[in-house]
Amino acid sequence: MMAAFPQLFAGLPRRALIALGVFFALLLVAPWLVNAYVLSILVVVLYFAYAGQAWNIMMGFAGQLSLGHSLYVGLGAYAAAMMFTKFGFNPWVGLLVAVLATTAMGAIIGFLAFRFGIGGVYFAILTIAFAEFTRIGFDHWTWLGGSGGLFLPVSNLSSNDLLNLRGAPVMFYYVMLGMCVAALAFCRVLLASRLGYYWQAIRENEEAAAALGINVFRYKMIAVMLSAAMTAFAGVFYAFYYNNLFPEQIFSMGRSIELILGPIIGGLGTLFGPIVGAFVLTPLADGLTEVLQWAGVEVPGVKQVFYGFCLLLVVVFLPNGIWPVLARRFGLAREN
Amino acid sequence: MALLEVQSIGKSFRGLRALHDVSFSIPEGAIHAMIGPNGAGKTTCFNVMAGVYKPDGGSIHFNGRPITGLRPDQICRAGIGRTFQVVKPFPGLSVLDNVVVGALNATGSVARARVEAMRVLALLHLADKAKHPAASLTLPERKRVEVARAMATGPKLLLLDEVMAGLRPTEVDEMVAVFRRVNQETGLTILLIEHVMRAVMALAQRIVVLHYGEKICEGAPADVVRDPAVLECYLGEEAL
Repeated sequence: MMAAFPQLFAGLPRRALIALGVFFALLLVAPWLVNAYVLSILVVVLYFAYAGQAWNIMMGFAGQLSLGHSLYVGLGAYAAAMMFTKFGFNPWVGLLVAVLATTAMGAIIGFLAFRFGIGGVYFAILTIAFAEFTRIGFDHWTWLGGSGGLFLPVSNLSSNDLLNLRGAPVMFYYVMLGMCVAALAFCRVLLASRLGYYWQAIRENEEAAAALGINVFRYKMIAVMLSAAMTAFAGVFYAFYYNNLFPEQIFSMGRSIELILGPIIGGLGTLFGPIVGAFVLTPLADGLTEVLQWAGVEVPGVKQVFYGFCLLLVVVFLPNGIWPVLARRFGLAREN
Repeated sequence: MALLEVQSIGKSFRGLRALHDVSFSIPEGAIHAMIGPNGAGKTTCFNVMAGVYKPDGGSIHFNGRPITGLRPDQICRAGIGRTFQVVKPFPGLSVLDNVVVGALNATGSVARARVEAMRVLALLHLADKAKHPAASLTLPERKRVEVARAMATGPKLLLLDEVMAGLRPTEVDEMVAVFRRVNQETGLTILLIEHVMRAVMALAQRIVVLHYGEKICEGAPADVVRDPAVLECYLGEEAL
């Protein structure tokens, strides 16, 4: 494990290491530098950076477009919330159940699609369909609150805040920061591994990948299941951060789109794309809402219009996303 | 027993009979060629051998075991590497990474795969392009990347589908030298589909001729180019 540590940074130019160090140090001390409002936005930023990283494994690495990732967020959230409210287990036990549930769901979708040769946009439609009927299912599952929502009481099972996943916003901030760092390191290891090469080969050309001995079905399944498993944590976090779950919200198509905008705008298939995307989109969108509110203008849906505008800008001017341009401009790209 | 044993394979696409009762065999360490007019079924024959299509009938044995109906990835792992007539590079990856993917078939270690990939790239005079994205290469270069990728998988048999097309005569000679060298040094068995007769005559010890999906002739190059049926359908009288 210790030997793997320097591997994470292998090939990074010195200025990239410095930039990464400064960025990480700033995030570490951020709770002392900013007010409660900005901190709450940073929590959301990190949430999207993490979930975007998980989605990026499927789309950015392996080329399988999921437009229904809110399914895994919602399933993870409901699984942990159920374990907590119905059976009195702490969120980390709930996380295990959540990971099992989302991985199984990913496996079912992946099997149905890849076993029967459903790819491209048809696969994307399948992911939407699963998210939609799961939403409808939870809407009618009254044991878990149905469409009226599931509310998590703020009760403590033990005296440890972290174990309870209950505490001040600053604790949630550090939990998500830790998960973001872990996800980044994990994705870096994945991308440089045999698995990463196989995923990229499948993304670039499935037929050629198969001709080079790659079991395309197996590696696509791994991508979907891993991405689903990682996304489960985002759901658990969501449940215990907001303490209320509504199928209408958490499983919605809009949430799926919101989740994937970060990696797309930041840079598909890159390690820092999801992070850059989250840091650009969330504060700007929230800032815009704030400014409009301050000006006394009430515009419903302005956030969505703003997202659409950002997407348009990136598609037209930076088709590979923001990060590749940044990396080249400032000499941060890894040499291989 | 021969390394590759193809016994009366057939393949039809709806009404179109692309292959009918084609048999041939290749002994270990040999270089054979498959020629014939466009649409004769050469690439279909490759695709059947490589597992892209299941044959309607017949059998294929490789290295003493049946491989008929296996998936492409299983056939690659069994030891058959192939190139595509219409090249299929991984455009977003560097030339080196393209070949590393192939090399990972033979080793689990990325570091070792990179070393092997560089060795194969040097062999095919592509070492100076290693860091370039595959999408930036010219077509003849991309064909060489295809060859490098297939060779890096560590095959016992290499299926080359028109990798000389579009090359200048000097480049053809270069490629011929590469294949001859690999064949002599490692004993790699090669079957090539090729229209460039300059390469076929220089490399092949034996030629199979396909026409309308059937084998119309097989033999040593000197005999095949004098065969009246082959002259009529493919080479033309002037080849003499």
